Amino acid sequence: MSVNAAADAGTVRPVIVLRRIVKTYLMGDVEVTALRGVTMTVERGDFVAIMGASGSGKSTMMNILGCLDVPSRGHFLIDGIDVRTLDEAALSHIRNRKIGFVFQSFNLLPRTSASANVELPLLYANVSAGERRRRAAAALEVVGLADRAHHFPNEMSGGQQQRVALARAIVTNPALVLADEPTGNLDTATSREVMLMFSELNRGGRTVILITHESDIAAYAKRIVRLRDGLIIEDRRLVPVQAPPPLVSAVTGEDRAFSGGVSA
Amino acid sequence: MRPLDTLRISWRGINANLLRSALTVLGVMIGVSAVIILLAVGTGSSAQVASRINALGTNTITVLGTGRFGRGPATTGTQSQTANLTTQSVQAIESPSQAPDVASVSPVVTTTDTATYGAASYSTSVIGTTPNYLAADDYALAAGSPITQLDVTNRRRVVLIGQTVLSNLFSSGQNPLGQTIQIGSASFEIIGVLAEKGTSGITNQDSVVIAPYTAVQDELTGYAPFSELLVQAKSTTALNNAATEVEDILAAQAATTVADLPFSVINEGTLLTTAQSTSSTFTTLLGAVAAISLLVGGIGVMNIMLVTVTERTREIGIRKAVGAPKAAILAQFLLEAVLLSLIGGGGGVLVGVIGSRFKIDGVTPIIAGYSIPLAFGIAIAVGVFFGLYPANRAASLRPIDALRYE
Repeated sequence: MSVNAAADAGTVRPVIVLRRIVKTYLMGDVEVTALRGVTMTVERGDFVAIMGASGSGKSTMMNILGCLDVPSRGHFLIDGIDVRTLDEAALSHIRNRKIGFVFQSFNLLPRTSASANVELPLLYANVSAGERRRRAAAALEVVGLADRAHHFPNEMSGGQQQRVALARAIVTNPALVLADEPTGNLDTATSREVMLMFSELNRGGRTVILITHESDIAAYAKRIVRLRDGLIIEDRRLVPVQAPPPLVSAVTGEDRAFSGGVSA
Repeated sequence: MRPLDTLRISWRGINANLLRSALTVLGVMIGVSAVIILLAVGTGSSAQVASRINALGTNTITVLGTGRFGRGPATTGTQSQTANLTTQSVQAIESPSQAPDVASVSPVVTTTDTATYGAASYSTSVIGTTPNYLAADDYALAAGSPITQLDVTNRRRVVLIGQTVLSNLFSSGQNPLGQTIQIGSASFEIIGVLAEKGTSGITNQDSVVIAPYTAVQDELTGYAPFSELLVQAKSTTALNNAATEVEDILAAQAATTVADLPFSVINEGTLLTTAQSTSSTFTTLLGAVAAISLLVGGIGVMNIMLVTVTERTREIGIRKAVGAPKAAILAQFLLEAVLLSLIGGGGGVLVGVIGSRFKIDGVTPIIAGYSIPLAFGIAIAVGVFFGLYPANRAASLRPIDALRYE
């Protein structure tokens, strides 16, 4: 992935292409349609917030974007690969190489050090132990937790845990960082800290999709997509793809540009 | 995913709940050690039975004459009551040309009579025979000298006494050699004392006196035919041939067929085979009981693995979300189950080997060579078999459901 993604954005293929995505579930005997035909493209380097109330289909959207689930109809291309035809093993591979997840509840392995948690995706990518350590250390450096590498999740604050999760999400150098309510379990100050980190990552060229129901969190994104009843009802761009994200830390924004310096 | 990494993850899984893992391991350990110890007890008792039968003399054939245990003379035909065990029979069986597989023949006349020494008396079985008998029936001398051919020929009233007879007639420390005891109405000189032989079935083999058959016939039984012939084959392998030869000779002498032979020809080898097949059934039974306990241990592994998988659903979800393929999750949990049973198997072998060093209910266990690899192999197979279902359950979890699991 190019570090200077903003300049290339016009020429490279989009990270995400959704075309008339429909997703239906069978709940008992009743067929529930969660998505009714969603079409959307996400360019490389974009920072998109997907918003919606509960029941709007945003969780389904997150599952599909994260390759945790496949659409019932329509096409979904991630980094140019159509996932609808892929089997389970191939989907795991896509999740491993193309997507970095950040969850609301952090989802770190308990009784496992920060560094080992960050190494986890590399473990399933057949990376050697030495290389894993090196890359995990680099990713922890990016989120500012290099000194906490050997701490266990229960020895860290929520904000620190979420930053470990963020390090885990970027350690494989994925095409897309997908965050599902990343600040849902955090207080306002910590939320701001974590969101600024997303902004910095995006400034460094990473594509970020954020799923949230809070508008002040969505305000960190360059583009807001609003869902209701399984359809996109609003797609508003706040800042051009190539521009820096709207809210960056006054200090780090000037001095430090996160390059996502963990490229393979 | 690299095999070593899988191993490390599985190992951490086991360590995450050490007490539970230890109890599961214990189940397998008990199963494996039970298999080894019980099979060792079976093998040991089997060897014990074989050695007891060996003490009877496994290369001997007993020909029982009419009247006693034999099925008696043939009642069909005209030649009934004519067949007896005689010196002619003995000579014919002794002849190397007619019976090449026979090493020796000892004619035996038996009776029961009271032996008296001073004020003490004791009812004992009396065996009148030839010098070969001692070796053929595995009697050894504790003191004195054996009966000789000369004693037989000269009809000398000399006697060898068994340990039970000795203890009943003489006080301890008294030297019986050279003393004269009364058997029935005749007096016999003690020339030897038999070594202790123990019991065979219900017979006390030490409650016996052995004298030349000529003297016993003279003084006690009269000139009746021999009650039995003890035939010693040249080797254990020649036993069946020798039995056939003896049957043929006796049938020819009695002018009848082997099937109508009025004697019982008891082959000690068949006795051994029967005893061995009995004790092998016993061993199999013990092994089966032990195998059941191993199975129970295996179910314990499965139970714990199912609990583990449920408990760690969220972990499975996280692993799957970050890209663990189904095979990696399967390998992780399967390996965990196999490791549990592997440790249990190893510990069980250790306990089994140590436990087999102790005497159990009078039996010295002998570890059967096959039992260790067998028990260990079954333990691992049990781990794979009972680990497969929980591991597959873990691997088949959908990441969305697993992540949402509380």
